[in-house]
Amino acid sequence: MTVDETIRQVLADHGRLAVPVDTLADDADLFGAGMTSHASVNVMLALEDAFEFEFSEKMLKKSTFESIEAIRTGVLEMTGE
Amino acid sequence: MSASATLRVGIDLVSVDEVADSVRHFGDRYVTRIYTSHEIDSCRAEMGHGDAGAPGPSDVSEAYAIGSLAARFAAKEAVMKVLRPIGVQLDWRTIEIHRMTGGWCEIRLSGRAATMAVEAGIEELSVSLTHEASMAGAVVVGRCKDTYPSKGREEA
Repeated sequence: MTVDETIRQVLADHGRLAVPVDTLADDADLFGAGMTSHASVNVMLALEDAFEFEFSEKMLKKSTFESIEAIRTGVLEMTGE
Repeated sequence: MSASATLRVGIDLVSVDEVADSVRHFGDRYVTRIYTSHEIDSCRAEMGHGDAGAPGPSDVSEAYAIGSLAARFAAKEAVMKVLRPIGVQLDWRTIEIHRMTGGWCEIRLSGRAATMAVEAGIEELSVSLTHEASMAGAVVVGRCKDTYPSKGREEA
């Protein structure tokens, strides 16, 4: 799976979104799409499992998880790609 | 209450089942990223699994009083609503729901959360927790000096 496919799968499994993840654009607001703060914790942990890293403290802000695009940026920064 | 004080209120609801799913799926990694050691001990002790030598539970979620964990998560969120961070996700563990001997809870802040409270002029926080089978909730009230900086108080 590509990075984007993995992110979308994690969101489908753990994001508890109110709409199917494949209907969301990369820049869609995930919190606006129903992701709660608690769900965002699960998304964070699932991303760490999927990409085998641990988010640094400076990455732990709401904006890191606000959209697929933002998550991709964070993942690529953490994996050094 | 002093006539020069203002109040901030935060409230949050959390699904107990969602917390149970998280504990089941991510285990202690989830618990230790969110909760302080005091909170973990408080939630274990309520289930009676804190005794040394006691047999461990077959399901990791059975090791915790999930409703209590969920209520504490709600309380942390409620505190964040009182602190009103802008663009910052506080470390959950810098907001501790401290269970007192009498059974009630108090809020203890550390790190960035404590700094934000000082900056906002919050002198005192009070919390009330509740949980039923499916939902847990918390209300937090913060009492602030009325003389704190006006940053962030402007209307949109």
